[in-house]
Amino acid sequence: MASKVIHAIYTDDDLLLQAVKQVRDARYHIAEVYTPFPVHGLDKAMGLAPTRLAIASFLYGLVGMTVAITMMNFIMIEDWPQDIGGKPSFSFLQNLPAFVPIIFELTVFFAAHLMVITFYMRSRIWPFKTAENPDVRTTDDHFLMEIDAENHDVDGLSKFLYDTGALEIKLIDNK
Amino acid sequence: MYTLSSKLKLTAIIFMIVGAIGLVYGFIAAPSTIEDVKEMMASKGHHESAEAEVVEQDSHAMASEHAQEGHAMVGQHEAEGHGEAEAHGDEHYEHVLHQLQNKPWAALYVAAFFFFMISLATLAFYAIQYAAQAGWSPVLFRVMEGITAYLLPGSLIVFAILLLSGLHLNHLFVWMDPEVVAKDELIQHKSSFLNVPFFLLRAAIYIIGWNIFRYLLRRNSLRIDEATDGRYFKQSFKLAAGFLVFFLVSESMMSWDWIMSVDPHWFSTLFGWYVFASMIVSAVTVIALISMYLKSRGYLEYVNDSHIHDLAKFMFGFSIFWTYLWFSQFMLIWYSNIPEEVTYFITRIEDYNIAFFGMVVMNFVFPVLILMNSDYKRINLFVIMGGIIILLGHYLDIFVMIMPATVGKEWFIGIPEISALLFFGGLFVFVVFNALTKAPLLPKRNPFIKESQHFHY
Repeated sequence: MASKVIHAIYTDDDLLLQAVKQVRDARYHIAEVYTPFPVHGLDKAMGLAPTRLAIASFLYGLVGMTVAITMMNFIMIEDWPQDIGGKPSFSFLQNLPAFVPIIFELTVFFAAHLMVITFYMRSRIWPFKTAENPDVRTTDDHFLMEIDAENHDVDGLSKFLYDTGALEIKLIDNK
Repeated sequence: MYTLSSKLKLTAIIFMIVGAIGLVYGFIAAPSTIEDVKEMMASKGHHESAEAEVVEQDSHAMASEHAQEGHAMVGQHEAEGHGEAEAHGDEHYEHVLHQLQNKPWAALYVAAFFFFMISLATLAFYAIQYAAQAGWSPVLFRVMEGITAYLLPGSLIVFAILLLSGLHLNHLFVWMDPEVVAKDELIQHKSSFLNVPFFLLRAAIYIIGWNIFRYLLRRNSLRIDEATDGRYFKQSFKLAAGFLVFFLVSESMMSWDWIMSVDPHWFSTLFGWYVFASMIVSAVTVIALISMYLKSRGYLEYVNDSHIHDLAKFMFGFSIFWTYLWFSQFMLIWYSNIPEEVTYFITRIEDYNIAFFGMVVMNFVFPVLILMNSDYKRINLFVIMGGIIILLGHYLDIFVMIMPATVGKEWFIGIPEISALLFFGGLFVFVVFNALTKAPLLPKRNPFIKESQHFHY
């Protein structure tokens, strides 16, 4: 099924933000917006759901903490409880302060790295990935809004986008 | 303009009266002679166990006799202690007598210091906002200024208590007792720093310095409202920067003088920072609580949940900062386990177990779990809950710093402690809310006020 999309290009982020609001109010569907830099408030204007990356990170931190505690408990207390410089290896709690730096670091390590990897996976970013850029200028100073043409009246939609301040309006065959 | 509600005023006054009555009771109930102590102990029925504790408790007195061996000997004494215990039984009772007599004084001192430190650290936070030219906080400046109004009465009360200690009306600071010093070589070596006149002189310098800076900053803040140019704001900026330099030095020395010196045999290099962390987190918490209260009464039009969110972030961050310092101090000493340092924590872990570890839970685990979520930081209920726990936790923190050296095992959060807290809590609320009525709650011509009014995160 060959669907069509409209690419509307803006040169100003304030204009873009305004346009996004107008387009949504008019109940057209915005497929994607490409910007050279983060536009503050764009996600809200587009009505995107908030990220859950922070929650994932918290859970990863808990995993890291568990790993550290289990590891230190097994190695230092259960497997081979040696007397090293008089440190009390009788129980985990007794020797806890010595383990805290490791627990802390591993918590941070897991929380940070697994969150970053999650981000890469969810955003589909990896080395050698083909760039999905519809227009090279969007990495420099242009903003691009992609709207599903679907079964809308293309002329009417173009006129509407022109009124929102779009500099260029293109009808594109998708895939 | 804020007007003090009569209900709040009445509550504060009732707190003060009840607290004062409780404090008076605490002073009357304290035993005055060894016979009283013996009677009290007999009636409590822990005479037997008390005798076994003799040596441990006497470690302070012992240390003076065995200054060289210091606390290292305590362990050995414990083994042979029971025989000796009979020999100096009265000495033991005298020791307990001093601790019991210290109880109301220490309760008074801890509570006085706790509320004083909140206003001092609020001034520091306020100065940081000026020096950093923060764009979010100017709508809260009048709240902060109101809290710092307690600095003058609060610091004078603390000074009065120190003065009374210097006049030997209590035994809060053992190094002030010439008899103890005469037998204690360790303290003798420190007496060029730890002597009453110099101690009081230093205290006076800190207090005068802080209060002058507070007075000037407040005066400038009011002048900015009326001014036609930016002169007074620039002046405030310089004052704030100057205050921060003075504060850093004086706060550190204040913590050695007023807190660390109750344990004159012990020292720690990061102690000043540790006390500071405790101060600043309590201060930010109080700023948040009072702002939320005033907001709920409809007085702070421009304070929105983003301001509260920022304050909650500071509460969260400084709680972790406090824990970091607490742990750094504890772990370094625990790890190396040098007898002359480690006694500090041994007495706390053995005699103050619940308070010592409970405060870590209250000051760290609880705020971390409750204030980590960004949405929770905007919800008043969560910030209030977290704030109350943090404040109680930091009261406990000061409690655990002061009490082991002054009352030892005889500690209890009973009538004198709660009364002192009530009394100073009432006084604090009374002074602070009274000061809030003195000026409009929204600064007028602060260069950042517009930004602050529209601040949103």
